Amino acid sequence: MATLKLTDVAKTYGGTVDVLKNINLDIETGELIVFVGPSGCGKSTLLRMIAGLEKITGGELQIDGRVVNDIPPAQRGIAMVFQSYALYPHMTVRDNMTFALKLAKKSKEEIDAAVSKAAKILQLEPYLDRLPKALSGGQRQRVAIGRSIVRDPKVYLFDEPLSNLDAALRVATRIEIAQLKESMPESTMIYVTHDQVEAMTLASRIVVLANKGIAQVGTPLQLYERPENEFVAQFIGSPAMNLLTGEIVETGPQTTVRLVGGGTAIADVPTQAADKGLKVNIGVRPEDLTEVADGAPYIFEGKVNITEALGEVTLLYFDRVADNDAVIGKLPGIHGDLRGRSVRMTAKPEKVQIFHNGVSLHYR
Amino acid sequence: MDNIVGKKSSLVVASNLTVFVLVVLWLIPTIGLLVSSFRDRDAISATGWWRAPFSTEQTFRGRGELDTMTRDGALFLLTGNVFDDPEVAPSFPDGPATITAFGTRGNNPGEFPAGTAADLGNGQSLEIDRDGTYRFALTEDPGNRGPRYYIQAKTPPSFTLDNYRTVISAGGMGQAFINTLTVTIPATIIPILMAAFAAYALAWMDFKGRAFIIAAIIGLLVVPLQLALVPMLQFHNQVGIGQSFLGIWLAHSAFGQPLAVYLLRNYMIGLPRDIIESARVDGGTDFQIFMKIVLPLSFPALAAFAIFQFLWTWNDLLVAKVFLPSSEETKVMTVKIADDLLGSRGGDWGILASAAFVSIAVPLLVFFSLQRYLVRGLLAGSVK
Repeated sequence: MATLKLTDVAKTYGGTVDVLKNINLDIETGELIVFVGPSGCGKSTLLRMIAGLEKITGGELQIDGRVVNDIPPAQRGIAMVFQSYALYPHMTVRDNMTFALKLAKKSKEEIDAAVSKAAKILQLEPYLDRLPKALSGGQRQRVAIGRSIVRDPKVYLFDEPLSNLDAALRVATRIEIAQLKESMPESTMIYVTHDQVEAMTLASRIVVLANKGIAQVGTPLQLYERPENEFVAQFIGSPAMNLLTGEIVETGPQTTVRLVGGGTAIADVPTQAADKGLKVNIGVRPEDLTEVADGAPYIFEGKVNITEALGEVTLLYFDRVADNDAVIGKLPGIHGDLRGRSVRMTAKPEKVQIFHNGVSLHYR
Repeated sequence: MDNIVGKKSSLVVASNLTVFVLVVLWLIPTIGLLVSSFRDRDAISATGWWRAPFSTEQTFRGRGELDTMTRDGALFLLTGNVFDDPEVAPSFPDGPATITAFGTRGNNPGEFPAGTAADLGNGQSLEIDRDGTYRFALTEDPGNRGPRYYIQAKTPPSFTLDNYRTVISAGGMGQAFINTLTVTIPATIIPILMAAFAAYALAWMDFKGRAFIIAAIIGLLVVPLQLALVPMLQFHNQVGIGQSFLGIWLAHSAFGQPLAVYLLRNYMIGLPRDIIESARVDGGTDFQIFMKIVLPLSFPALAAFAIFQFLWTWNDLLVAKVFLPSSEETKVMTVKIADDLLGSRGGDWGILASAAFVSIAVPLLVFFSLQRYLVRGLLAGSVK
């Protein structure tokens, strides 16, 4: 129900310590934007700046076209779900949910209607008169979400809402949030997490934050298939994308790279003749590597040091290949017999990325 | 093998033992005071309180009754019963007791065992039986005063409510009790209200000079209140409050303020930040967050300080002496006890002890009614 526009937003502590700078982002109505990034990258800070809990020290934040930099949280039309739930421990579930509405002096009928609707969506009806301490972790999280829903905000903000739940509950609640989003297609949501699976499954677009700024904004599959830079390439996906150094030897609609280790990689990345001889890194995901027979072209050859059989896949840890740190492969099925053997691996051209100075040539 | 389930570590034993020793150390004098409050002055000075449940041997003295004197040759005979003696009888309200020994000199009152005839020299003798009958045989006319005798008798343990009667029925004690409540209740509530507001601001509101104010308050904790007595009274006189209940409320509120702010602020700052921020996102103003979120969650700290401040103001003598007029209508209990009961009766231990227990009753009541708020786990379920 709302659009957000961040223009050159920055956060500086004490006038000297930059935490975030030059954040530019447009968020459309109905999007579910996920902020991801390594610890300390400022993703929670950015969310709290949008919420109004942290001062915006530079740039401009607009919600629905209105600049809200200096408007207090309650008047921004946002609702926030905290990592720790932050329920009011001395109030029942019902009182927790109606707290904001009572402060806003809503009529009793309005409040009752909002609470019963939210309780129904979140299946909290049997628990309305309980105190938070009598609820399980998942129920508490649902109350925290319910507290947001009753306010019918323009923007929902989620600050790592699932990180306090155990693994099974996390999956269940994640699906609940996805369904919640589906049932409210008009609502705009911003979701902070460090969990890639949450990001990939929930997001309509992912914002990767790193190094005080935005590393890439895109749909989950864009980030996975065409990362803009080495950081995103390695941050999204597990195990991380392998990077191998080499030099461009043939240009054109497809590019051929001769690698330091002796192999050759062909990538579906267009290049010009002038790029010949350019020092580049190629990026290839572990799950895209396949074993090839002797004589066929290969990207690298390496001795399998350790194998980890996970059941549906086997992870292969290769000895240092040429200049690169560990290279990892991921083959479907069980391949314990590869351990100790030297194998040659390759990948399809559309699965190979080329980075020069850390930036993908695809986006040049 | 030290941490097997069900086996207590030696630390637990040590801490239990320490608690037990501390409890005993605190209880012994209290019990002594309680026992003493039920004993009369003579019993307190004769034996320690721990001997109170046992019968004690006490010395009494009396004179032979001249009315019963008969002549037997050269001898003057006096017979009678010591328990009829007006000097002895009041000490034995429950009737005759058993006499163990007797004598004729004050410096050796138990010279002769009861039932034997004592040779007093010059052919004179005295015999006192266990049941109290005595027989003097004198060679000279005793004149108009009967001869002295001393007896030692076992007296049964005796307890009395007289001390309590004295304390409670002392003139103006009821008024003093009301006065103490008049001082104590506002002097507890006012500083809590003021300190809670201040503590919230110092914990959760961002303003310039906050750290300095906190430091100043902590500094005030170590300033002895005696320093402020005279200037504050002068100030009260200047602004027209003078010596009055309003004056003592203000004085107690001021003296209690640093500790109250410090305690409450430290408690409030420990409340989860997320709860406060969540309330802020929900649209709460600082006042609403304080009233609806922070105050209810700070109940343990409020109760702890309330108990503390109540006890201190209830037991206070110094501030009451300085800030209240010394007239009879405004005396609080501590002043009443110190001035009227002890002041005029010197070291009357029984009254001191019973006064202590009379004045302890209300603080005990307050403690037991508030201690259930001193609970942990008030925040359960709010975060994580």
